[in-house]
Amino acid sequence: MTALPARLDAAEPRLSAAACAHCGAPVPPGAGRFCCTGCEGAAALISGLGLGAFYHKREAASGGIRPTALPPVDFATRAIPSRGGAEHSLDLMVAGLTCGACVWLVEQALAADPDVLRARASLATRRLTVTWRGPADRAEALASLVARLGFQVAPWSAACLRATEDEEGKALLRALGIAAFGASNVMMLSVAVWVGSDMGEGTRGLMHWLAALIALPVVLVAGMPFYRSAIGAMRAGRVNMDLAVSLGVLATTAMSLSEAVRNGPYTWFDGATALLALLLGGRVLDRAARRRARQACAELLALQSAEVTRLEADGTAHRLGAEAVRPGDRLLVAPGERLSLDGVLEEGEALLDTAAISGESLPRRFAAGAALPAGAVNLGAALVQRVTAGAAEGSLAAVARLLERAEQARGRYVSIADRAARLYVPVVHVVAAATFLGWWLGMGVSWQAALVPAVASLIVTCPCGLAIAVPAVQVVAVGALFRRGVLTGSPTALERLAACDVAVLDKTGTLTTGRPELLPDADRPEGALEAAAALAASSRHPLSRALVAACPTSVRAAGAVEEIAGAGLLHGEERLGSALFCGAPEVGEEGPTLWYRAGPQAAPVAFRFADPLRPDAAEAVAALRDLGLEVELLSGDAPAAVARAAASLGITEWRAAATPTDKAARIEALRAAGRRPLMLGDGINDAAALALANASATPAGGTDLAQAAADLVLRAEGLSALPAAVRTARRAQRAARGNIAFSLSYNVVAVPMAVLGFVTPLIASLVMASSSLAVILNALRVGREASE
Amino acid sequence: MNALALLVPLALGLGMLALLFFGWTLGNGQYDDPEGAASRILFDDPKENS
Repeated sequence: MTALPARLDAAEPRLSAAACAHCGAPVPPGAGRFCCTGCEGAAALISGLGLGAFYHKREAASGGIRPTALPPVDFATRAIPSRGGAEHSLDLMVAGLTCGACVWLVEQALAADPDVLRARASLATRRLTVTWRGPADRAEALASLVARLGFQVAPWSAACLRATEDEEGKALLRALGIAAFGASNVMMLSVAVWVGSDMGEGTRGLMHWLAALIALPVVLVAGMPFYRSAIGAMRAGRVNMDLAVSLGVLATTAMSLSEAVRNGPYTWFDGATALLALLLGGRVLDRAARRRARQACAELLALQSAEVTRLEADGTAHRLGAEAVRPGDRLLVAPGERLSLDGVLEEGEALLDTAAISGESLPRRFAAGAALPAGAVNLGAALVQRVTAGAAEGSLAAVARLLERAEQARGRYVSIADRAARLYVPVVHVVAAATFLGWWLGMGVSWQAALVPAVASLIVTCPCGLAIAVPAVQVVAVGALFRRGVLTGSPTALERLAACDVAVLDKTGTLTTGRPELLPDADRPEGALEAAAALAASSRHPLSRALVAACPTSVRAAGAVEEIAGAGLLHGEERLGSALFCGAPEVGEEGPTLWYRAGPQAAPVAFRFADPLRPDAAEAVAALRDLGLEVELLSGDAPAAVARAAASLGITEWRAAATPTDKAARIEALRAAGRRPLMLGDGINDAAALALANASATPAGGTDLAQAAADLVLRAEGLSALPAAVRTARRAQRAARGNIAFSLSYNVVAVPMAVLGFVTPLIASLVMASSSLAVILNALRVGREASE
Repeated sequence: MNALALLVPLALGLGMLALLFFGWTLGNGQYDDPEGAASRILFDDPKENS
């Protein structure tokens, strides 16, 4: 009964605040119908185009869409001309397409332009193809129209294409179609043989040969995905589940052919084709579930990809891809832009946020001639950078190469299904061979007749239930995690995640928000915050921004503010900046502090900041502990900041000022000690550690390298998804083990029957179907529990 | 026997036809955007410039 009042309290603010008429976000009372001017503009645009029906159509969709800015990319050069340049078309990746109404809105809004010939958006792939009459320059305007409606757009990249245009998936679907056709038609003929006990020998022979006519090409073509994987495994000297499936199917087909030749009582073509159809169905579903996750990852990366601005010798600026830049080129880096290449600072001074590279939560100052690391974000004014290393040999490329090596090591991980196959394949084939020899030599029947119980034991041991045991669980678990905002790309990620016993967490940007926040201070004189914020409004320094953000009233920026590099801001007599600059006593400061002095005689006022922990960090750490994981903190930030974060989360094991190499070394040390570490991090400095860890996760805001290195991407805001993912992974692992054990126990009854020759094709198909069904139903339990 | 001579080829022919149709839908990209197609049916008055 105690939960009820708490829930009422939580609902309270929503009742008092109205919802934005465009995006649905809460609007404070008296602020009108919209939460921001952007939403007001988007709503005006939509109704101006006569597309107001959007708001009725999208009722069902959850989540709001707010107008976004266009990424700094040259859209015009990506437009593809056709009809001799009279028409152009452009492919865009549109994030935020969540429902049919969004597709409708984007297509109709573009079609309202008289020059637009075709606009087609795909909800599944988030791909928008727009074709228009006229010059390529229109591309920018059309893309910005979509952005103004509230969808983030990015050029359709090769990575997006790889994630969606999935030739292998298509081939699987085709194979499934062929196998389903074969299975149903062969079954039609087989049933006739099973029930037609009064059938003449000639007719039965005809049925056998008709079935063979259908089954032989079907087995050959539809089985290709399995044969290929089996041959690959054999070449590598391994045994996998596909080898068991391939041998089972081919042996059954060969035996059926021999039965057709000697016109035996039954052929087993129906079993072979039904087995293929069932397994391909499982594989298609497995692929579809993972494809959604892979695609969502590619989408996140596409939104981050940007171009660089090169300054030519004649003073003009060109936008181009980072891969085309040579060492010695001069690049212009706009405020807020991320550096894509290593270089040195050409002139002046720069303020860079290096959190992604070193984990430091405070920005660093660089003098002219200093080396600027790729991956840092420019917080100061626009700067000019002379490139020292091209994209292929820079520091980011070195990290990427490291990741590739780690990826290969991870590819050698043997999944539970393949471990089961290692045991299963030799045992089953020895049993089959013994059966054959026993009947042929021992009982003296013809070799064709001896083949029947031998192959029957092979098919009844059900590579089907066994082969589908793990994929069925995977499909359900990956789908359940996807709905919770956890993207799982790697096929073995869940298995590795379930086995983790120690969690290594990064601090800046992972446990914390990565943005400093002003700490409340009761002793602060009235009006000081407003006055300081007026100065701070003209600076891009993160502390200045935090100061402005913390100001409760609207900030009027003071004019003519002079920024003194490395010291602070000056406006007449007023000063805002370091303790030395404002004449404040240098005390042992706790965390970053800004000082404000109204005049030469006035007492300096301190503004203290802290990089706040994410609201759910403590809860997530506690949940990880409850799951039996030890938690430790591994950060590149200063010891004081790390110690504070560790103390408030109750983490005793922490390391500060760790370089990327230190982080990777810590993970390796844990592994060497027999532990299985789960790494959670977001920066370039975490990438190596992420790749080396037993399993790894990164928050959605992480750098692209961290996302490429991690097994899981937590797309939903917050960390609480991670313990949930661990729980789901463990449940999935339990279900997979249960399924394998179940399939094997089935054989305890089925194998002796097959060996003794009691099994007919009818019994075999019943065994196959029932064990598959049981395994699938068991897998579905994982999804139901995960969504609770 | 006469019935079989007619019915078996008929059944197999129909099955083959369905398989060919499936191949066509696959090549035509009908499985590329199942969710989008599901809501597209609800759009009224398609406005396309030509």
